[in-house]
Amino acid sequence: MDKMPGWADAVLVPLISLLLAAILSALVIIGIGEDPVAAFKLMVDGALMRSSGWGYTLYYATNFIFTGLAVAVAFHARLFNIGGEGQAMIGGLGVALACLYIPWPNWYVALAGATVSAAIFGALWALIPAYLQAKRGSHIVITTIMFNFIAAALLNYVLVNLLRPQGAMDPATARFPEATQLPTFQDMFSTAETAMFRGAPANVTFFLAIAMCFVVWLLIWRTKLGYEIRAFGHSESAAKYAGISPVKITIVAMLISGGLAGMMALNTTMGEAERLVMNATEGAGFIGIAVALMGRSHPLGVLLAALLFGFLYQGGAELALWTNIPRELIVVIQALVILFTGALDNMVRMPLEKLFLASRRKA
Amino acid sequence: MDFATLLQVLDSTVRLATPLLLACLAGLYSERAGIFDIGLEGKMLAAAFFSAAIAAITGDVWMGLGAGILASLALSVLHGLASITFRGNQLISGVAINFLAAGLTVLIAQDWFSQGGRTPSLIGKGRFEPITLPGAEAAADIPLIGPIYAELISGHSILVYVAFAMVPLTWWLLYRTRFGLRLRAVGEAPEAVDTAGVSVVGLRYVAVGICGVLCGIAGAYLATALQAGFVKDMTAGRGFIALAALIFAKWRPWYALSACLLFGLLQAVALRYQNIDLGAFVVPVQFMDALPYILTVVILAGFVGKAIPPRAGGEPYVKER
Repeated sequence: MDKMPGWADAVLVPLISLLLAAILSALVIIGIGEDPVAAFKLMVDGALMRSSGWGYTLYYATNFIFTGLAVAVAFHARLFNIGGEGQAMIGGLGVALACLYIPWPNWYVALAGATVSAAIFGALWALIPAYLQAKRGSHIVITTIMFNFIAAALLNYVLVNLLRPQGAMDPATARFPEATQLPTFQDMFSTAETAMFRGAPANVTFFLAIAMCFVVWLLIWRTKLGYEIRAFGHSESAAKYAGISPVKITIVAMLISGGLAGMMALNTTMGEAERLVMNATEGAGFIGIAVALMGRSHPLGVLLAALLFGFLYQGGAELALWTNIPRELIVVIQALVILFTGALDNMVRMPLEKLFLASRRKA
Repeated sequence: MDFATLLQVLDSTVRLATPLLLACLAGLYSERAGIFDIGLEGKMLAAAFFSAAIAAITGDVWMGLGAGILASLALSVLHGLASITFRGNQLISGVAINFLAAGLTVLIAQDWFSQGGRTPSLIGKGRFEPITLPGAEAAADIPLIGPIYAELISGHSILVYVAFAMVPLTWWLLYRTRFGLRLRAVGEAPEAVDTAGVSVVGLRYVAVGICGVLCGIAGAYLATALQAGFVKDMTAGRGFIALAALIFAKWRPWYALSACLLFGLLQAVALRYQNIDLGAFVVPVQFMDALPYILTVVILAGFVGKAIPPRAGGEPYVKER
C-alpha cells in the first residue's frame, strides 16, 4: 500500500490547507497595519457571541450550503460547474415569479411551490451548458462562465423592463405578498421574555438546506444514479463499458447541480429581501466553489465549510464596521482557501504522503 | 448616422478593443502551450491597480507600467506553480487568482490611499497621452482619407499601437520561429516535445510568463490610458470577454484581432446608444452586453464552425520514468 490513511486524506490535508490560508490571511492583515489577533477576536465576537450574530452567520451559511452542494454534485461527475452564480440568479427569477403571480394560501405551501420553481429555473439555466458539454463537447467551464454573464444581462433586462413596478426607480420587483413571507429565526425561537436572533435574516430555509445535505448524501452514496455519477466521475471509459450513458449522467448531474444552485435564491429572495433585487446572489455562487473544495465534495464537509464561510462573512462585515479592514479581506481569504485546497492541493499532499510512507517503513 | 459619428464609434471601438486584444493574445500564448487561463481578468485587475498606484505615487506612467507588468507576472508565476509544478487544476487556480486580485487590490488601495478602494486621479505624466502621428493635422482636411487618418488611426496612446503590433509579431513568433513551433507542440503533444529533449516545464513557464506581461500591459492600459486611475473591479469582465474572443478566434492571432475588434465595436455601440431603436423593435442595451457571450456559446456549440482547443490544454504533464 502506498497510500495515506483515509482520515489523513479527508481531514488532515484540508486542515493543513486551511491553516496555510489562515497564516497568509494573518500576514495580509499585518501588512495593512492591523492586529490579526484582535481582528479574529472581533470576528468571533460579532459572528458567534450573540444570537443575532449567529442569525447572520447561519443566513450566509444557508446560501453557501446550497451553492456548495451544487458544485459538489457536479464535482462527483468530474464536471466543474462555475455557473452557480448565474443559476442562482435565474433561480431567483423563478422564486419571484412564483411568489408574485400565484396566490399562495400560506408560507409553507408557498415555500414548497417556490422551491420547485427555483430548482426548475436553476436547472434549466444549467441545461444548455450541460447539453453542449455532453453532445457537442464544448467545455462546461467556459460555457457556464458565459452563462453567468448572460444571466446577469437577462436578469437586468427583466427587472428594469418587465418586473419593475410602475414609478419605482431601482431595478427590483414589487414586494412579495404577505402570505409568502417566511418565518425568521426571530419568529421561531423568541419567547415572550427573551428575543432571540433579533433582526437577523436567518430563516426557515436553513433547515431546508440541512435537509438537502441529507438528500444529496442519499443521492450520491445510496442510489443507483449516485453510483453512476461517481463511476462516471472516476473514469468515463469504465463507466461507458459498464453501460452508463455519459450524455445522460452529464446532463442529469448538471440539472441537479443547477437546481441546487437555484434553490439558494429562496434564502436571499424569499427569506430576506422579500422581493427580487439585482444583486441577490452576492457572489455566493462562486463561494460554493471554495466550500465544495474544502468540504471534499461530501455533504457533511460542505455543511462545515459553509458554516466556516458564514462565520467569515459575518465576521468580515463586523471588521468593516469597526476597523479599517474592508470587506474585501473575505474575498482574499476565499481566494487563498480555493488556492490551497483546490489548485495547490498537491503541494500539501505530496510531502504528507512521503511522511506517512516513511513512518510506515520504519514500523 | 453621418460620417463623423461613424468615425467616433470606430475610434472608441479601437480604444475599447485594445485591452481585449492584449488579454486575448496573452491567453493565446498560455493556452497554445497547454495551460488554460481563466485568470486573465485577475491579472489585468492587479496590473490596473499597481500601474495606477505607482503612477500616482511616482508621477511617472512608465514606472506604473512596469509595476503593473510585475504584479501580473507575479500572479502568472503563482498560476505556473499551481498548474505546472504542482500539477493542480488549472481552472481552479485561475478562479483563485481572480478572487485574489479582486480582494487584494481593494485592500491595498484602501490601505495606501484611503479613498474607498480607488487610487487618486492621474494627471499629466501619470497617464499615457494620445500620440499625434506625423502629418495628422495637415492631412485632416483631405476628404474621406484625411479624417480617417487624423481621427481613427492617429491620436491613440502608445499602448494601442503596441497592442496592434503584437498581432503580426505573435503570428510571426508562433508560425515562423523554432520557439513558436515548440510552443504550439507543447500544447498539442507535450510527450513529443519531451522526446525531442526540450523542457516541457520550461516552455510552459515561458508561455505563462509572456501571458503575464501582456495582461500587465492590458491592465496598465485600462487604468492609465483608457481611464485616469483605478476603481474597484474596473476590468468589469473584460478578461472573460477576451477569453471569449480567444475561443471565437479559435486560438489564432489574426482572427483574435477581428474577434476583439468585433467585441470592442459591440461595447462601443452599447456605450453610445443604450437601447437601439430599429423601428420594428428595440434592441435592449442588456442584449448588446450579453452578445459577446452568446456568440461565443454559439461558436462553442459548433453550429458555426467548430472551436477545438489545443489537445493537451488543461492537462498537467507527467514525465514518464
